[in-house]
Amino acid sequence: MGLKDNKADTGRKRKYLVSRRIDRIFLELYKVYAFHVRFFKEVFVPPYEFKEVIRQCYEVGVRSLPLISLTGFIIGIVFTNQSRPSLAEFGATSWLPSLVSIAIVRALAPLVTAIIAAGRVGSNIGAELGSMRVTEQIDAMEVSATNPFNFLVVTRVLATTFMVPVLAMYTIFVALMGAYLNVSQNELTSFTTYITQVFDAITFLDIFSSIIKTFIFGFTIGMVGSYKGYNSSKGTEGVGKAANSSVVTAMFLVFIEELLALQVINLFRAM
Amino acid sequence: MKKINPNINRENKVIEIRGLRKAFDDFEVLKGVDLDLYQGENLVVLGRSGTGKSVLIKIISGLLSPDEGMVRVLGKEVDKLKPKELDLLRLKVGFSFQNSALYDSMTVYENLEFPLIRHAKEMGRAERDKVIHFVLEAVGLLQTINQMPSELSGGQRKRIGIARTLILKPKIMLYDEPTAGLDPITSIEINALINDVQARFNTSAIIITHDLTCARSVGDRMVMLLDGQFQRQGSFEEVFNTDDERVKMFYDYNFVN
Repeated sequence: MGLKDNKADTGRKRKYLVSRRIDRIFLELYKVYAFHVRFFKEVFVPPYEFKEVIRQCYEVGVRSLPLISLTGFIIGIVFTNQSRPSLAEFGATSWLPSLVSIAIVRALAPLVTAIIAAGRVGSNIGAELGSMRVTEQIDAMEVSATNPFNFLVVTRVLATTFMVPVLAMYTIFVALMGAYLNVSQNELTSFTTYITQVFDAITFLDIFSSIIKTFIFGFTIGMVGSYKGYNSSKGTEGVGKAANSSVVTAMFLVFIEELLALQVINLFRAM
Repeated sequence: MKKINPNINRENKVIEIRGLRKAFDDFEVLKGVDLDLYQGENLVVLGRSGTGKSVLIKIISGLLSPDEGMVRVLGKEVDKLKPKELDLLRLKVGFSFQNSALYDSMTVYENLEFPLIRHAKEMGRAERDKVIHFVLEAVGLLQTINQMPSELSGGQRKRIGIARTLILKPKIMLYDEPTAGLDPITSIEINALINDVQARFNTSAIIITHDLTCARSVGDRMVMLLDGQFQRQGSFEEVFNTDDERVKMFYDYNFVN
């Protein structure tokens, strides 16, 4: 394909492969690809910013605990309450612990954790890095021969990748406790019976697939937030856009990944 | 008016630029720029906003790459260096940003410690403390050591930004609009600091500004960027002794209106 000439307002000619807009789409796709390649290159290359990774894990994990606790607990109660009438029609309310545990472990807890992390952590990363880009703090790191990608991006992506699964496991625990509160009040089920029924219903594959899924969710949230923030355009508007599109894109990708993961897990279940 | 630094070594070019061109989308900001900076010299780059002054020093520091032309810093062509070589060169080139670019999640001490931890690994905690205290004293802000950037005034932030670049003992300083947004008294203090840095640390510097008081106070030589090229250069008088309306307007705005 020949190069098209576009005359610049200065009289200089700029060349585009197809057109300015289409070239930009391909350029953006290439930038996303290059961002991922750079991450996987730099994650193994010293210097390792352990202290910053720990700090980010604290930011992502510990600081999300209050919100995750509250949300998880409420989800457990609400889901149990909403499921009861349907099971009651068949006189099967004794199956509630099994139903609740399957729903929470397989889908609800990983998804809810990822969505909360995308909203709280993803937007924070997008806004923080965007603001650092706008105020030239990233440039300042670069000109002082410090690798800003390593210090800012790698640390945050590692933190979300490892903390989202931990948070998801915690959400499972809290949601199951919420569900127990509801079940024990209505069905007068003992804690031992409840726990036995919960663990009878779920398999190793359920737990394992949830952990793997949440690693992927965490990685996605970290990468999207970092990419949007790190490449945000100049100005305060750019910071807002970076924060907003971090959340929207991360949530969208999390749902797509959930759908794909479901297909893969079903293949394993069929084996 | 500043006295020209007698220690300028005209035999030694620390920065050499030839035929530099840079465009953003369809707009070409630099159209074949030639420039030399000599050892020990403070060179002021004047020009209107948006004429590519900041782009020039970002190319020198390797933050942007040129479309065409050669940029040689301390004998090395910047755009041909490998990342590690570029990092080594950057340790010798300090960059003071227009908005200071202090890391706002860190205290003043941590801002200054940040480059030392990464590039002076042999230094112990005590030695780092000593160096940090030294540069803070040099910029007259030792009392701010435990403050956050948000607690500092614009002038103080500028000074801390300069201190952070000085901590790695650069040979070249690049100042991007050092007096922009500052009151006249603070601007005078910053100008004095730039001259003090030149004298105490024996640095060469490029100072980007459109503040002619700053230019006259710190510059050994000036160049004026007009239409993407350096069309005027020399001493302050040589640059402004012209019938060119654009240059006259620049002067009149600073000293008449």
